Amino acid sequence: MKHLLSAGDLSRAEATRILDTAEELLSVAQRPIKKLPTLRGRTIVNLFFEDSTRTRISFEAAAKRLSADVINFSAKGSSVSKGESLKDTALTLQAMGADAVVIRHGASGAPHQLAHSEWTRGAVVNAGDGTHEHPTQALLDAFTVRKHLADDGGTGDLEGKNITIVGDVLHSRVARSNALLLHTLGAKVTLVAPPTLLPVGVDAWPVETSYDLDASIEKADAVMMLRVQAERMNAAYFPSAREYSRRYGLDMSRMNRLQDHAIVMHPGPMNRGMEISADVADSPRSVIVEQVTNGVAVRMAVLYLLVGGQTDQPNSEEETA
Amino acid sequence: MVAVPASARTVLDHQDISRALTRITHEILEKNRDSDGLVLLGIPTRGVDLARRIATRMSEVEGRAIVAGALDVTMYRDDLRLKPARALEHTDIPDDVDGKVVVLIDDVLMSGRTIRAALDALSDLGRPRAVQLAVLIDRGHRELPIRADYVGKNLPTSLAEQVKVRLTETDDQADSVSIEEGDHS
Repeated sequence: MKHLLSAGDLSRAEATRILDTAEELLSVAQRPIKKLPTLRGRTIVNLFFEDSTRTRISFEAAAKRLSADVINFSAKGSSVSKGESLKDTALTLQAMGADAVVIRHGASGAPHQLAHSEWTRGAVVNAGDGTHEHPTQALLDAFTVRKHLADDGGTGDLEGKNITIVGDVLHSRVARSNALLLHTLGAKVTLVAPPTLLPVGVDAWPVETSYDLDASIEKADAVMMLRVQAERMNAAYFPSAREYSRRYGLDMSRMNRLQDHAIVMHPGPMNRGMEISADVADSPRSVIVEQVTNGVAVRMAVLYLLVGGQTDQPNSEEETA
Repeated sequence: MVAVPASARTVLDHQDISRALTRITHEILEKNRDSDGLVLLGIPTRGVDLARRIATRMSEVEGRAIVAGALDVTMYRDDLRLKPARALEHTDIPDDVDGKVVVLIDDVLMSGRTIRAALDALSDLGRPRAVQLAVLIDRGHRELPIRADYVGKNLPTSLAEQVKVRLTETDDQADSVSIEEGDHS
C-alpha cells in the first residue's frame, strides 16, 4: 500500500489490518502522554483546497500524536488564490521534502492525479475529493460499526451486518467510500434516498437501493445519515426542506423503530432538523462524537502503515536487511 | 509452522522451561520481598505467554490473583525504517505503573534493542519506581548497556546460529528452546 486514494482499492485483509492497527492506537488517547515517537523526522503536509474542520484537525492530531512534523496548507490565503496550479503547489511541497501529502480537493480525481504524477514522491492520502471518495471517513465509520456490532469485543468482521445509508448520496463522497469498503468487509449496504439524489450508475455499486426509509429502517444494524449538501446543489432536488425531512430525516419516532442494538451515525457536519433531529443526534444511540475520536486513531493507523516503515526512497538499502 | 529441522539442537525441554520459570518467579518475589507493587509486563509475542505463566506461579505462592499485562514496543523500535510497516501487537497494562516495580519479561535477550524500546514505551505510560528484566534465554551479543535481572538460561551462541523458543500457547507445539544453524530466514 503506497497511497490511500480509494476505499475500493483496499482488500479485505488490508482494510482489516488498518482497523486492527487503529484498535491498538485508540488507547494512546487515554494515556498521560498521548504521543508515540514513530514518525519522528517525517513531514506530513495537509493540503486542503476545500474547507474542512474535523478532517483537517483529525489528520493534524493523528500526525502530531505520531511525532511527525505537520505543515498545514489551505487554499485560502495561499498562492492558489493567485492562480497557482495543483502541479506547482505539489512541486513546491516536494521541494520541502514531504513524506506524505494529505489532500482534500473540490475536483474528483485530484489525489489520483497527484499520486500518479511525478510531482511528489511521498504517499498520497485522499481526504475527500469532490463528490468522489473519502476513504478515511469510510474506515473510521467501519471501525465504529465494528466496535459496536462485531463479535469478539468489536474485533470480529462485519459479515452479514445491515448498514443503511440515508440521504444525499448523489453529492456524497462518504457514501461511495462507505459502500465500497463496507461491502469489502462483508456488510450488506442499503442506500436510501429520493430518486433525484441517487447518482447515475448506482446499479453498478455493490449495494441495494430504496426510496423508502420506513421500509428499510427495521432491519438496519446501523443507520448512517448523510448531510444534505446544499452548497453543491444547483437545482431543485426535492420540493422543500420540510418534505425532505419528513420522508428522509431521522427523528425520534423513526429511531424508536430501530433494533435495540442499532446505532445512529453521521459523518458531520450535521444539519440538525434537516436530515437528523436534534434529540436523535444527542440520544444514547448516536455514536457521532465517538466517530470523531475513532477518526484520529484510524488516521494514525493509515499514516503509520503508509510512512511508518520503509518507504521507497530512490537509494534504499533493502539488501542489508 | 514447519517441523524442527534436523540440524536443530534442543537445549531446554518442557521440564527445563517449567523449572526455570518457577525459579525466576521465586527470585522476583525474593528480590522484591513480596508481590505488592509489582507489575508484570510481557513483550509480545512469547514474552506475554511467559509473563502469564510467571503470574500463575506467583498467584499460587502469594495466594492471591496476580495478572500479567502486555507491552507492545513496535512503535518505539529503532529499526522501523528498515522494513515495511509492521502490524501492532496488543498492549494491555493491568495497573497504573506510577511508583510500582515493573518487571519486563521477554523470551530471548540479545542486542538489547527491544528492551531499549520497551523502556521508552514504559516512560510514556508513567514513572515506575524501578524496572527489572526477566528473560528465558540470554544469548549475549549485547549492542546496548542493558542486562537482565533474572535469567532462565545463559546460552552462549554464535551470531550464525538462531535460537528458537517454542511455547504451546503461541506455537501450538510442545515447549522447547533449540539452537538452529542460521539460514537468516
